[in-house]
Amino acid sequence: MSAITHLQFLESEAIYILRETAAQFQKPALLFSGGKDSIVMAWLARKAFYPSKLPFPLLHVDTGHNFPEAMEYRDWFVQEIGASLTVGLVQKSIDDGRVQEEKGHNASRNKLQTVTLLDTIEEHQYDACLGGGRRDEEKARAKERFFSHRDEFGQWDPKNQRPELWNIFNGRKHFGEHFRVFPLSNWTEMDIWQYIRQENIPLPSLYFSHKRKIIERHGQLLDASTGIIPLLDEEKPKVKEMTIRFRTVGDATCTGAVESTASTIDEIVAEVAAARQTERGTRADDKRSETAMEDRKKEGYF
Amino acid sequence: MDVLVNPTESSLLRFTTAGSVDDGKSTLIGRLLYDSKSIFEDQLLAVEESSKRRGDAHVNLALLTDGLRAEREQGITIDVAYRYFATPKRKFIIADTPGHIQYTRNMVTGASTADLAIILIDARLGVIEQTMRHTYLASLLRIGHIVLAVNKMDLVNFDQAVYDKIVADFQAFAKGLDNLPNVTPIPMSALNGDNVVDKSEATPWYQGPSLLQHLETVQVHTETAADEARFAVQWVIRPISDREDAKLGNLHDYRGFAGRMASGTFRVGDEVLVYPSEMTTKITGLHTYEGPQEETTPQLSYSITVADEIDTSRGGMIVKAAQPAQTTHEFDAMICWFADKKILKPRGRFHLRHTTNDVRAIVTDVLYKVNISTLEKSIESKEFALNDIGCVRIRCASPIFFDPYAKNRTTGSFILVDEQSNNTVAAGMIQRSVDADDFEDPGAAI
Repeated sequence: MSAITHLQFLESEAIYILRETAAQFQKPALLFSGGKDSIVMAWLARKAFYPSKLPFPLLHVDTGHNFPEAMEYRDWFVQEIGASLTVGLVQKSIDDGRVQEEKGHNASRNKLQTVTLLDTIEEHQYDACLGGGRRDEEKARAKERFFSHRDEFGQWDPKNQRPELWNIFNGRKHFGEHFRVFPLSNWTEMDIWQYIRQENIPLPSLYFSHKRKIIERHGQLLDASTGIIPLLDEEKPKVKEMTIRFRTVGDATCTGAVESTASTIDEIVAEVAAARQTERGTRADDKRSETAMEDRKKEGYF
Repeated sequence: MDVLVNPTESSLLRFTTAGSVDDGKSTLIGRLLYDSKSIFEDQLLAVEESSKRRGDAHVNLALLTDGLRAEREQGITIDVAYRYFATPKRKFIIADTPGHIQYTRNMVTGASTADLAIILIDARLGVIEQTMRHTYLASLLRIGHIVLAVNKMDLVNFDQAVYDKIVADFQAFAKGLDNLPNVTPIPMSALNGDNVVDKSEATPWYQGPSLLQHLETVQVHTETAADEARFAVQWVIRPISDREDAKLGNLHDYRGFAGRMASGTFRVGDEVLVYPSEMTTKITGLHTYEGPQEETTPQLSYSITVADEIDTSRGGMIVKAAQPAQTTHEFDAMICWFADKKILKPRGRFHLRHTTNDVRAIVTDVLYKVNISTLEKSIESKEFALNDIGCVRIRCASPIFFDPYAKNRTTGSFILVDEQSNNTVAAGMIQRSVDADDFEDPGAAI
């Protein structure tokens, strides 16, 4: 018998984790940002429970700094797979005085999401949140578990994680604690793209090459067409139209574009194969310090 | 950079690396990633900057794999780190584990999902206690393939006599193990890249493959369709709807047992035995989102429908009627103790997690402990502390459906979960069922 392909293995493993999550927790939710990883995760969830509908809602933590294309896609996709959607608004956390908005022209709501996420988890009593995080993304994520335990403050303790052996996952917890679950832990960026191609999964148009007004800041190509990122006076004359695409789709204030003419999945796969930078290399939020991701994760970030 | 593999042909190899900082383990992994062009520019840049800040003479590739703040500060790997790389021929997942004795639990964890283990030897030191410990763990966890990486050959002038003696010493030791794995020795220098990706000119006397050539071609997949079919039920799919599905028709009576094939193959029409009721029935459908399938493939996920109304749910298991699993309340197992703040004593109570089953269990006796430095069995102490390995007898409140670990890594493995902390405190491998005559009422004492 020939061995199964690596994509078959990864798909089956993710389906196994999704079913374990539904079975081991009272009230899970699937974190859905409209980015490609969460799209693939929701796509796999539909397969895992077919012909039933998803036994959990999609949960979007909305910074309010969204690309309109991502929002359109989100609403279409939720309809398409017959899921229900819960939204946690960062704006509401700001209005309620739960968080304070960062100041200055580099201000981002990326960090504020953590509070909104934890508040939303508490409000709806979710006991497990499925996330699209992958271990190849960032070095702190390389030591993340499939079933990642969080204390009642939502914190991750990297030195005190439960060992995971074979395919046995321990979701036992005390009241008030919860889990983050990462079914795509073993996928790489290339696996995601090859799977999208194999399954013909529709994506937000942001992932494909298009013309956009761009401002270059600290080596990053940032959006200057939606007005979400405030421009300094001296930057305004430097805005130029470029042919770009996004490799990740997160909060618009910290998602950098890459110059690209790749307008089909095949072209993107070829481009990813030749890329000289990790996809998180385009994320300003990781550049704040060497252990920025670890620090955010300890506080309860995705 | 992620290499473009052929998605319709490339298989996956999972391997583990055991060794200490001093053996050059992280250097070897860094070298594999670097020479196979799996490291990105920004990652290399970050490592170069960190190396400079720390005052290292070379670019310290170990900084690629040690991600946590404490690891970078102390220059050690604390946890299991998973690394990914690909060549046009294969995708690889590395479970990178620290090699010192105090990290035995991490090695056991990394080994549990690996098909192959790379065991590093410092050519200057030869086969030492640590080598034997790592090999013992690989054989205990039933990793079928070992690469004996005789590293730092540059420091012994690539002397064939040194290499031959190490290989002979190792083989003499490995003969004494219960499950003798396939051993492939390779002389190398991870620091300079000799025999890591490309064959080295410094070892003209060595005829075998480079490490990467071996990893790309070694056949490790031992599961075959001829194995006994095992399918643990994770979840029951019941749409409870009168919806018409394009592929399945009316869903009102749909009741599918969702799970993953641990081993073997089912075909539609197969007569099956369903645990825990031990009733027999026939398979009527093998469903995936892509549509009904005629037969299953090991490791893939399905939703199975059967002809009769059978009482099973999560924790149950479906097997071929002609190939039953064993059922038992009491069994002997090898365990590795994982808890640092708690000691296992006889009569300890736990949740036992086995396949998708969760039953209460009690450790009734300690049969022996293994000294993992000398590999000798002893019964001097009946208490297990962190990293201790030994054989125990366990009694469960309700029966489990299993195969010995030697026969099936999925249906023969379990974990113990502490009742108070909910932490995973032990990993276990079932050896044998204890004869039913040995006790009266298995459930009564719990």
